Amino acid sequence: MFGAGGGTSSYQAIEETDLVILWGSNARETHPIFFHHALKAIHAGAKLYVIDPRRTGSAQWADRWLGLDVGSDVALANAVGREIIAAGLVNKEFVQNATSGFENYKDHVESFTLEQAEMITGVPASVIKELAHAYAKAPTAELCWTLGITEHHNAVDNVLALINLSLLTGHVGRWASGLNPLRGQNNVQGGGDMGALPDRLTGFQHVENEELRAKFEKVWGCQIPPKKGWHLSGMFDAMERGELTALFVIGENPMGSEADHHRTQKLLGNLDTLVVQDILMTATAEIADVVLPASAGWSESNGTVTNSERKVQRVRQALKPPEGARDDIEILFEIAHQEGHDWGEPDPETIWNEVRQLSPMHGGMTYERLEKSGGLHWPCFDETHPGEKYLHGRLWERPIIGPRAPFSTVENKAPFDQLTTQYPLRLTTGRRLDSYNTGVQTSLYQSPLRRGESLDLSPEDGQSYDLNEGEFVRVSSRRGSVIAPVHFDPALRPGLAFMTMHFPDEVQTNVLTVDAVDPKSGTAEFKATAIRIDKLGKSELARENKPVIAGN
Amino acid sequence: MSSPTTPSDAPDLKNPVPRGPIPTIPDEKLRPEVEITINGKSVSIPEGTTLLEAGRKIGVDTPTLCYLENLTPVNVCRICVVELEGSRTLVPACSRKVQPGMVVQTDSERVRHSRRMVLEFLASSVDVSTAPELQSYMEHYEADPARYGPSASPASPSERDDACPGEHSAPDPATAETVHQPTKIDNELYTRDYSKCILCYKCVEACGTDAQNTFAIAVAGRGFDARISTEFNNPLPNSACVYCGNCIGVCPTGALMFKSEHDLRKEDTWNESEQTKTDTICPYCGVGCTLTLHTQENQIVKVTSPLDQQVTNGHLCIKGRFGWQFVQIREASAPSKPTDAQEADT
Repeated sequence: MFGAGGGTSSYQAIEETDLVILWGSNARETHPIFFHHALKAIHAGAKLYVIDPRRTGSAQWADRWLGLDVGSDVALANAVGREIIAAGLVNKEFVQNATSGFENYKDHVESFTLEQAEMITGVPASVIKELAHAYAKAPTAELCWTLGITEHHNAVDNVLALINLSLLTGHVGRWASGLNPLRGQNNVQGGGDMGALPDRLTGFQHVENEELRAKFEKVWGCQIPPKKGWHLSGMFDAMERGELTALFVIGENPMGSEADHHRTQKLLGNLDTLVVQDILMTATAEIADVVLPASAGWSESNGTVTNSERKVQRVRQALKPPEGARDDIEILFEIAHQEGHDWGEPDPETIWNEVRQLSPMHGGMTYERLEKSGGLHWPCFDETHPGEKYLHGRLWERPIIGPRAPFSTVENKAPFDQLTTQYPLRLTTGRRLDSYNTGVQTSLYQSPLRRGESLDLSPEDGQSYDLNEGEFVRVSSRRGSVIAPVHFDPALRPGLAFMTMHFPDEVQTNVLTVDAVDPKSGTAEFKATAIRIDKLGKSELARENKPVIAGN
Repeated sequence: MSSPTTPSDAPDLKNPVPRGPIPTIPDEKLRPEVEITINGKSVSIPEGTTLLEAGRKIGVDTPTLCYLENLTPVNVCRICVVELEGSRTLVPACSRKVQPGMVVQTDSERVRHSRRMVLEFLASSVDVSTAPELQSYMEHYEADPARYGPSASPASPSERDDACPGEHSAPDPATAETVHQPTKIDNELYTRDYSKCILCYKCVEACGTDAQNTFAIAVAGRGFDARISTEFNNPLPNSACVYCGNCIGVCPTGALMFKSEHDLRKEDTWNESEQTKTDTICPYCGVGCTLTLHTQENQIVKVTSPLDQQVTNGHLCIKGRFGWQFVQIREASAPSKPTDAQEADT
């Protein structure tokens, strides 16, 4: 945010805040230990607002659940903003001194009246008003989100719409007031920090800035291409155009995780060369030309990862990897060696010290300090710097330090995959507590909670489609169809369906999802697919080798 | 739409993380210091501190069973009691807060006697074989549980769970009453051996408001029938349990145990002296929980988290606690698709 991609607060601050908003996040199940911190706040008297199409486990803890329609987040956020302005609850001092573009924003959200928003989102106007007033009046407030915000074709707009609210109210840059994207993977924050983004080098430094590039080139002794690269979805488009013909995949399983599975399958299959470096024989590794068995980053090697509160923490080797598996960096060093480059000894601390040398925000994080402190929050500019438990305190200096924080004007854009009479149901996807992504890791422990893939529907839809619990149905979208058993979940409203992507061997959910991509972030719209359900006859069930459930 | 900008409004591409003031966290209110005397020594300590913490500050080691730094004290085990001048009864050090002028004895004959009795009652009725801390207290306080006679015969599988209030036969004075009963094994992740349960309530606290807030277990029954139970004594897979294992993390006696530990102990291959503990970060979501991997012969045998860790406070979820098998069932030299045969059918 405002230049650097990272949550602005820390978990400790969540415990001490007066109001928690979980927007498009079911932290209770997907980030359970983060939710422990939120629960501490709740037990201390904080209010919880949960904004989610499903009445999730998190929503059950909320003072108020806003069950909006999938993909109407911008309309809701803009209406909250408009109400804050209309009710005179803007933090005028902060807006005037620390932000830019307020007048434009004010004009832009003018049309998002409570009534208009109720029509678009399905959330009652009085509840939108309540949220606006509660957020604006809270002495401190933490706004948190997950993939419910970012797995949309307008992901960046969604995030900008939420940032606007924090700027209106001054709920950023202070203790217990901030903006927190909860990260889905143990080092997705660290990956971005290290420069695994198309346009950034380590420490969010722009690759298209000559001066910054020169700094890296000097240390690396090579020329860095002066143009930004592709994000994941861009790579698939490039494969389609025939521009990208070789792919090196490290620790990722796009055959299971990418939206529009059929297209993924075709494009990966057409590559001249596919190299997969992974700890397990994933579906992607199965179709690779070369598989490089790697040691597990979290238990068989040493290094660091960075969490959702920007805390850099050590991972340490506890196990000897299986024979033949090698450390990721060892493999990369060996490849470099084969290509005629000598990178020296593959030592994690040496590499980390290079990070510290090139990325100012990591400068003060020696391994010794990381050991002693149990982890440090970036930015940590030098060895006397304690790390920052919240970001953007500079916006509260008068005059502020650095650039102003800009308001953005964003439009509400309905999901790409539209509902029609042919595809009348909205399918959204997500995780369950005991499973993780494509199940490569979690299918290998014996969870008593696991019940396999299902098409979750509201009991009302079950009735109107004349379905029984456990009945196998055909689920179709504009891209393909799968057969899945039905499960009734009262957390869903009529018209809303839910599936996971944890069991691709049972049901390949991503056959259905749409790869409509946010042009700014490259994230696919996993959260909003239009589907249809068809009952299956006995002969069709027999052909698909599926059981007949009573009532079929 | 572009906003009107002045030069200082443009984001500084060269400096994505501008250096600002170092954030300050509002200090906890400074608490006035209180003067007390422990074992004849004067201690100055902030108001609101417990006698336990005050003692630890000057090196007085008070035994505890039901107390843990990350849980709210429940004062049930009575092992931490100390003598407080002017108080008719002994007071629990784990929860009694300091007050100016308190005079405390932590190792008087009365205190030692009380602790010895507590330990004897527990050890005469409970299997303390996997509770090394409790055993060391017994040695220190010369507890002799055998003097209550031989153990009564163990309960049959559901006998203690079915006990009804008010329906009791008189105990046999020749034997020591016991909670011995068969171990409950109803899932592949953890076992419950209530023969080893001293009813310290820690698991209930961790399952409740102190950590997980799932409320799958509580204390059922009264008196000697009191026991930890799921609702209606359902097996775990039919209960509210979400298998975070935070109850195992706080259990001081091994009544709650990883199935992996239980199986190794049964095979007689559990060897704590051969185990190493390594702190690392969970491989799953982005919260960043510290996992302490307990390994034996290059296998993870259980997973805990440090109590003083700011992210976890010692607590984990099902994936962090139990989701590690995938690293140790690989055959890297001959890659083959991992079998799903192990998937639980529950």
